[in-house]
Amino acid sequence: MTRQVLSGNYAQSHAVRLARAQVISAYPITPQTTIVEKLAEFVAAGDLPAQYVKVESEHSALQVCVSAAALGARTYTATSSQGLLLMHELLHWASGMRAPIVMGVVNRAVAPPWNIGADHTDTMAQRDTGWIQFYAESNQEVLDTVLEAYRLAEDPLVRLPAMVTEDAFYLSHTVEPVDVPDPATVDAFLPPRDARAVLVPGTVGRLGSFTGPDHYVEFRRETARAMERVPEVFRRVEEEYARATGRRHGGAVPTYRTEGADAVLVTMGTATTTARGVVDELRAAGQKVGLAKLRLFRPFPSAELTALAAGVDRIGVMDRSYTFGGQGPAATEVAAALYGGPHRPTVAGFLAGVGGRDVTPGEVRRMYAALLAGGSTEPRWIDLEEQEALAHG
Amino acid sequence: MAKLTIPAPELMFSGHAACPGCAPALAMRLVLKALGPRTILSIPACCWTVIATPYPTTALGVGVLDNPIEATGASISGLRAAADALGLQDVNVVGFAGDGGTADIGLQSLSGMLERRTNAIYVMYDNEGYMNTGVQRSGATPQGAWTTTTPVEGTSRGKPEPKKDILGIVLAHDPVYAATLNPSFPEDLVKKVERARDLTGPRFLHILTPCPPGWRYSSEATIELGRLATDSGLFPLYEVERGRYRITRKTGTLKPVAEYLRAQGRFHHLTDDEIARIQADVRRRWELLLRRERESSEPVPIPA
Repeated sequence: MTRQVLSGNYAQSHAVRLARAQVISAYPITPQTTIVEKLAEFVAAGDLPAQYVKVESEHSALQVCVSAAALGARTYTATSSQGLLLMHELLHWASGMRAPIVMGVVNRAVAPPWNIGADHTDTMAQRDTGWIQFYAESNQEVLDTVLEAYRLAEDPLVRLPAMVTEDAFYLSHTVEPVDVPDPATVDAFLPPRDARAVLVPGTVGRLGSFTGPDHYVEFRRETARAMERVPEVFRRVEEEYARATGRRHGGAVPTYRTEGADAVLVTMGTATTTARGVVDELRAAGQKVGLAKLRLFRPFPSAELTALAAGVDRIGVMDRSYTFGGQGPAATEVAAALYGGPHRPTVAGFLAGVGGRDVTPGEVRRMYAALLAGGSTEPRWIDLEEQEALAHG
Repeated sequence: MAKLTIPAPELMFSGHAACPGCAPALAMRLVLKALGPRTILSIPACCWTVIATPYPTTALGVGVLDNPIEATGASISGLRAAADALGLQDVNVVGFAGDGGTADIGLQSLSGMLERRTNAIYVMYDNEGYMNTGVQRSGATPQGAWTTTTPVEGTSRGKPEPKKDILGIVLAHDPVYAATLNPSFPEDLVKKVERARDLTGPRFLHILTPCPPGWRYSSEATIELGRLATDSGLFPLYEVERGRYRITRKTGTLKPVAEYLRAQGRFHHLTDDEIARIQADVRRRWELLLRRERESSEPVPIPA
């Protein structure tokens, strides 16, 4: 193991190097670009003996991975925002083909108006495409989660694609010390892909056939079952990763000071770090608040949320994106997960950090204050409330 | 006894779902005979998605990967990258796509594949329209042709625009090999596929494939119609290897295009004047092709 000062993007690149990805497709988009730039360097220097395919669009980037995976290769690509939206069709192909692709996504706002700041709209718009989705909080978590994602995606019980996301700039372009495992450690944890149900030259086979209603339903059910097996397989994968490296990141829904809490805020990505500081501050002041992070969003960790809700009456969900005509997607999912549970807390939605706006401790305090005060659970645009408050003292 | 130039082994089987007289089916059969079993096909949404038969059956004796309509170029780049990464030797990586999936929606990924010099064969079987969706015009539909989106009614007289020069676009990428093929000339077709198979780098094959329901003719006329397309000069057979043109079928005099056009319902409405204009255009293009063949065989002097 070596400790290196890495951006989230370089952490992603180092993980791909250690995973010995065999086919990498690359198309630039801010703020993802430095991931594939670093990978180009690794390949050119001979540190990563991969095929590096320079494509003419993100759509083709993902098609290259889908086709390469169909022959049995371990694949990687990365994108952001508009690029991910262009990939949408291929996201369905990847999961339908049961291609265990790992993709880095740097969460960035969607145009118009143009904006390159952190925002989860891009990946939230892909939550129904059959991909496993991880949201990282730190650069260390980025590196570790990419390696875990390969094991999980390629597990014979799963065989589904996975995306590992990081917030634009807060992680992608911010450096911090990252423990980079040795190749031997990773090789022991992540052996070469055990490719099954792939095309073999010289033999008859077809992937992606036309099917009528008589078989289509069965294919969809198989994919759904694979997704249902993810939580259990992920627990095992994280355990093995912890044994190999000594690091774990708390499963699908890591919690912080939730014991005896009156109110728990659910966050995703980098806003979690800010919220953790506010929890300490409020706890010190005698307020019983806690925090839960949605590290895994697909499949949605309903069991963990239900367990968390057992002892809490008020749950707030911070979304870094908004569903027009609905509310924040994470708030919707949390409410849906808890509706059928034995204990049904109120679920309030907060929109914060949209389009790269800072999620400040003041904003987080505002969310906890609203939760503790009870009242309406209508989604609130905390960015705008905070700005208003600052402008008028 | 005549010498057989077409390989006997079959890699396409009966029970497929093609229409009677389907030239894309003939094209596939001949292409696979020339390529052999170590072939991986990438097939986008097109007639062949259906012809190859639904799960769990297949009419093809090779590996087949389905891909979305616009992504065949990218798909074969991915297949080749994987074959190289995994050390799979002697694999023919082949895209097999229709004209809409190639010349229209798939043009970007085709251009990408050619530009990045993917070592693969891209086959465009050209039935001159979106036939699998029920005969709509594509960029490869010829001028004047009736389709469901270019009706012959009122002021509309079929497709107003000329056929897109897809091979010209491909040649601008300087592929190692590009050719026009026609299943009505199977020996020529097989020879060109074998030539493409033996080269390394981006290769492109444009196969004209008459379509009885789309072109509105009786299914037993496919071979004859294909011959007329070439012998009238509308679809000349030639190959371009590293920039050098070679016409592979010359008959002395071209047959009148009227013979080809009048045989198809999609052109029934054309007047003598309209046919005369098409005839003039075909002559001009034929002369241009002859000139290209001549000029490309001469060495280009490099100024000192």
